[in-house]
Amino acid sequence: MISAIVYPTVVMGVLGLVFGALLAFASIKFFVKTDERVTLIRDILPGANCGGCGYPGCDGYADAVVNAGAGTGRCAAGGSSLAEKIAAIMGVTSEAFVPVRVFLRCRGTTAASIRTVAYDGVKDCRSAAIIPGSTPNACPYGCIGFGTCVEVCNFGALSIVEGLVQVNAARCVGCGACVDVCPKSVLALAPQSSAVQVFCNSSWKGPDVKKVCSVGCLACGLCVRSCPAKAITLQNNRAVIDVKLCTNCGSCITKCPAKTIGPLNIRCVDKETIDSQCA
Amino acid sequence: MNLVWLFLGSIFVNNIILSRFLGCCPFLGVSTKSETAKGMGVAVIFVLVLAAVMTWLAYHLVLVPLHLEYLYTLSFILIIAALVQFVELALKKVNPALYKSLGIFLPLITTNCAVLGVAVINMNEKYTLIESVVNALGSSVGFLIAIVLMAGLRERISRNTNIPKCLQGLPIALVTAGLMSIAFMGFSGIIQ
Repeated sequence: MISAIVYPTVVMGVLGLVFGALLAFASIKFFVKTDERVTLIRDILPGANCGGCGYPGCDGYADAVVNAGAGTGRCAAGGSSLAEKIAAIMGVTSEAFVPVRVFLRCRGTTAASIRTVAYDGVKDCRSAAIIPGSTPNACPYGCIGFGTCVEVCNFGALSIVEGLVQVNAARCVGCGACVDVCPKSVLALAPQSSAVQVFCNSSWKGPDVKKVCSVGCLACGLCVRSCPAKAITLQNNRAVIDVKLCTNCGSCITKCPAKTIGPLNIRCVDKETIDSQCA
Repeated sequence: MNLVWLFLGSIFVNNIILSRFLGCCPFLGVSTKSETAKGMGVAVIFVLVLAAVMTWLAYHLVLVPLHLEYLYTLSFILIIAALVQFVELALKKVNPALYKSLGIFLPLITTNCAVLGVAVINMNEKYTLIESVVNALGSSVGFLIAIVLMAGLRERISRNTNIPKCLQGLPIALVTAGLMSIAFMGFSGIIQ
């Protein structure tokens, strides 16, 4: 009778003891010293796990800074103040942090750019981009406007207005998650110091662009000739501004006949704003 | 030859999730992205096979000789929990690359009912050590297949905005799981 109680108690007790001892032994034998700086850096990172630094999440970046010599200014969400804090923990001087933000290289609202296809499928840009005939838009380079980028934004910086992505510059940290997910590559990153950008993604020639969109880049080259800093070139029938050379003088904005070039900070999609502030 | 049938049987006919309904928690919880689903599946293979060996040894070398078979649940849980912890500690030191790829999934499996379930099945079916290992391997491969299929389906479902609001998220995932289960029931009877 008594053995029916004693045996199981002893067996389970011994099993527990053996495993306890095994784990205690393992925790000493297999002890891995973690660098305390990893924890320190991880604690001051924003924790949004946006992946803008190029590492898998904030944990990955903290680890890479300490163990793989990653730069201290890679966290777009934390900005330059965070870069300095990380540099202080690492005991190095902070690398130059260039704050960037995302902007939409398209002004083709439902009014400005023709939509040829009555698309009734899954409302996701990645699905819409693979249908025959390319997209609901007549322009195959334009913003589809189903908001796949809005969904992936961890900071609530994007929204869809008049069939186009609108960027809330105050919220955008420039992580680039939306740039990666956009099947049309119509979103791009630009330094926050940059004030002038080309708002068209089309590689078509001028006459073809005119057929589908009233605000597309016609590749006329007026901006190239007007730029005093020689910062603009035509690439694939599209004006491209080299932000390193650009002095933000704005002479190209006044020259552009299609009103495709404009200031980065003002959303120029309706005609009134374009006429009053963007041209 | 029996072992081959046992292996195939435990993958398809007696699929651990879709026929036995064990391990449904990670099946729904970790199946939103196919990358994480793969990680979970591989970690399950690893732990399940190890746990099958350890529980078989404990059952046949300790519990049976002492006539304490009724303690199997308690001791299996103890063994599996301790084993997973031990493996995690050891991997961190011995093979950091594997530790990183299994990552957070190892501790998640500690109390997974699929692990305990397979150990109990091995015991009830009176499998030998080899058969236990084969059954564990088959079951965990079945788990991997099921969870990766599920993750692929859920990735597509999450893009679909035509789903009624009341069904979005888990409800539609459960419906999908049910349909998958019915599909896998089609394998039953192929292998006795």
